[in-house]
Amino acid sequence: MAGLTLRGIRKTFGDTAVLNDIDLDIADGEFLTLVGPSGCGKSTLLRIIAGLESQDSGSVSIGGTSVDHLRPHERRIAMVFQNYALYPHMSVFDNIALPLTMTRLNLFERLPLMRHLSLRRRRIMNEIAREVRAVAEQLRIESFFHRRPGQLSGGQRQRVALGRAMVRHPQAFLMDEPLSNLDAKLRVHMRGELTELHARLGATMIYVTHDQIEAMTMSDRLAVMDHGDILQLGTPADVYERPATTAVAQFIGSPAINLFQARVGPGGQVELLGRTLPIEVRNAPTPELTVGVRPEAMRIGGGPCAVTCRFRRRENLGSECILHFDLVASPEVAVLCRVDNGIPIPEGEVPLAFEPRDCHVFDNNGRRIEVESRNAAGRDLRRASEVR
Amino acid sequence: MRTSATITRPPTPVAIRMRRLVSLALVHAVLIGGAVFMLLPFVFMLTSAIKPPGEIFEATFRLWPRQFYGWQNFESALSTAPLLRFLLNGLIVCGGILVVQLLVAIPCAYALAKLKFPGRPILFSLVLLGLCIPVQAPSLPLYIAFAELGILNTYLSMMMPFFLSVFAIFLFRQFFKSYPDEIIQAARLDGVGEFEIVWRIVVPSAWPAIAAFSIFSVVAHWNDLYWPLIVVSDTKLATPPLGMMYFADSELGSNYGALAAGATIITAPLVIAFLIARRHFIAGITMTGIK
Ligand SMILES: Nc1ncnc2c1ncn2[C@@H]1O[C@H](COP(=O)(O)OP(=O)(O)OP(=O)(O)O)[C@@H](O)[C@H]1O
Ligand SMILES: [Mg+2]
Repeated sequence: MAGLTLRGIRKTFGDTAVLNDIDLDIADGEFLTLVGPSGCGKSTLLRIIAGLESQDSGSVSIGGTSVDHLRPHERRIAMVFQNYALYPHMSVFDNIALPLTMTRLNLFERLPLMRHLSLRRRRIMNEIAREVRAVAEQLRIESFFHRRPGQLSGGQRQRVALGRAMVRHPQAFLMDEPLSNLDAKLRVHMRGELTELHARLGATMIYVTHDQIEAMTMSDRLAVMDHGDILQLGTPADVYERPATTAVAQFIGSPAINLFQARVGPGGQVELLGRTLPIEVRNAPTPELTVGVRPEAMRIGGGPCAVTCRFRRRENLGSECILHFDLVASPEVAVLCRVDNGIPIPEGEVPLAFEPRDCHVFDNNGRRIEVESRNAAGRDLRRASEVR
Repeated sequence: MRTSATITRPPTPVAIRMRRLVSLALVHAVLIGGAVFMLLPFVFMLTSAIKPPGEIFEATFRLWPRQFYGWQNFESALSTAPLLRFLLNGLIVCGGILVVQLLVAIPCAYALAKLKFPGRPILFSLVLLGLCIPVQAPSLPLYIAFAELGILNTYLSMMMPFFLSVFAIFLFRQFFKSYPDEIIQAARLDGVGEFEIVWRIVVPSAWPAIAAFSIFSVVAHWNDLYWPLIVVSDTKLATPPLGMMYFADSELGSNYGALAAGATIITAPLVIAFLIARRHFIAGITMTGIK
């Protein structure tokens, strides 16, 4: 196992820049998740780390030494692909054993027919079989050793792909949306298994996903990417509670954050739809601001922080529901509110309130601005977050 | 129950089945007509092979002769012409050509389909260009070159011009193009070298295409008269069609029954091989989208 360092990775395909100057340090044994909209360059970054694609500039180091000149297998990194990429004509056993047979047997011993002449081969194959079995036991796949990948279910294929990655004892695992082809229930199950596996192996893992819950629950740190840049890197709680930009705020959290246009008043106070909120910002670059409030932080009722909305519809999620509103002041702005299912459904125009400490304020470039609350509660919270 | 049946009255199962039967019968009638048209020469060959000389040119065509003369025809064909020797020659030439074609074309096609290197588009255009050149075009320079090398009248001279098949490169390239990149990348991560990726990982999935190409190749070279006629004058080296031609001229010339028997013998291996490979062949044609 080893940590990974990326410095100034750039990649363009033709005219389109896919990665712009990516710097990333991944500690030994860390579980880092890459999230971001489709096409933002996550898979490309993984392929560059694995050596399957070459970067235009920048360098990749593993365990402190540069691996830019090494070929994929020499980097001792394993990758799990989204569609598993198992060898279709080989049995499960052969799929998992292949990385070992390739490195331990010489060319002569791998040739058909010839290989039966080698005495050494039998000994090595026994050794390999033992290791494959040990991995298979961990993943509970021994019972279909002799089947082909085509005869397995998605979850079983997933485990075989993991087994093929694990058997080499790689320095790091790269996983490109490994659970995205599974049904919801199996995904939850595999999520737990992967987390346990990570804990057991203590392996460095870089994990790409579209799934919010996977990103929030599994990772030590989260990197939010967009258009080839890392927008924010931090613990899941950090990214959720203090999104660095509006793009991050919109991407993390489900349903997506509510964004309102606001202005800075003369004293630095934030004015939202004609109301002065009990929060202040210092050194905002422009008077225009964006205020974001997560749907789960909104509730029906009045207060110092509130917006007036008209009710449209309700989405039932079982224990909770999502209420859809339009902003009365500008009806094209949708406002979402996530509440317990028990509360009565509002009618017509109602105020939606939120706490000052739940406001995320961004400048007109979408960058986060730290707010100061006027009331004591907000200040306390601010200090608490600084301590952490 | 009853009322709904009387109101809507959907077509009865029997009517549906009848309609299906009629359309099936029509389609099959057309297909059978085509098949009969194509098979007629073969049927003529087969029946002639078992007819006595007097019956072959009778005005009325009969499928089964009045007098079964098959033994005599086959016996005289086999005794006059060294047919088994021709079959062996055909086997050597076609087998040699096919093996080298596959050994050369498969790695080429893989490189064109899956590796990135400068000049790849140009090389592929050259392959396409090569598809447009008929074999007859370079035959004179090839003949002269072989004469200079002193390899006329050898198996090698019959095989060598066909070792590099642009058609095979093209066909396999199209097939490999659709092979998932992720599997190849996984193999690279597992430490499989490019040559072994070709032969261990990609080729096992390409059997349908290989079977299809093998049939094309073997049929073409088994039946080829043109090139063996140019480079071979020794009857001991003659391929089946060339051998038949020699003997049609000289000894068997007027014995049409024996000729037909000889023709039957030299076409039989192909037909049998096709029947064996039929499943793969058809799968390969549909999978490569060539049809
Ligand atoms: N081989 C290639 N040639 C040209 N463009 C490519 C190539 N591979 C990727 N791209 C482009 O690079 C961009 C990033 O692709 P990438 O696969 O890394 O996205 P991603 O973040 O993994 O997306 P997704 O979440 O949909 O998997 C895309 O715009 C894609 O079109
Ligand atoms: Mg991707």
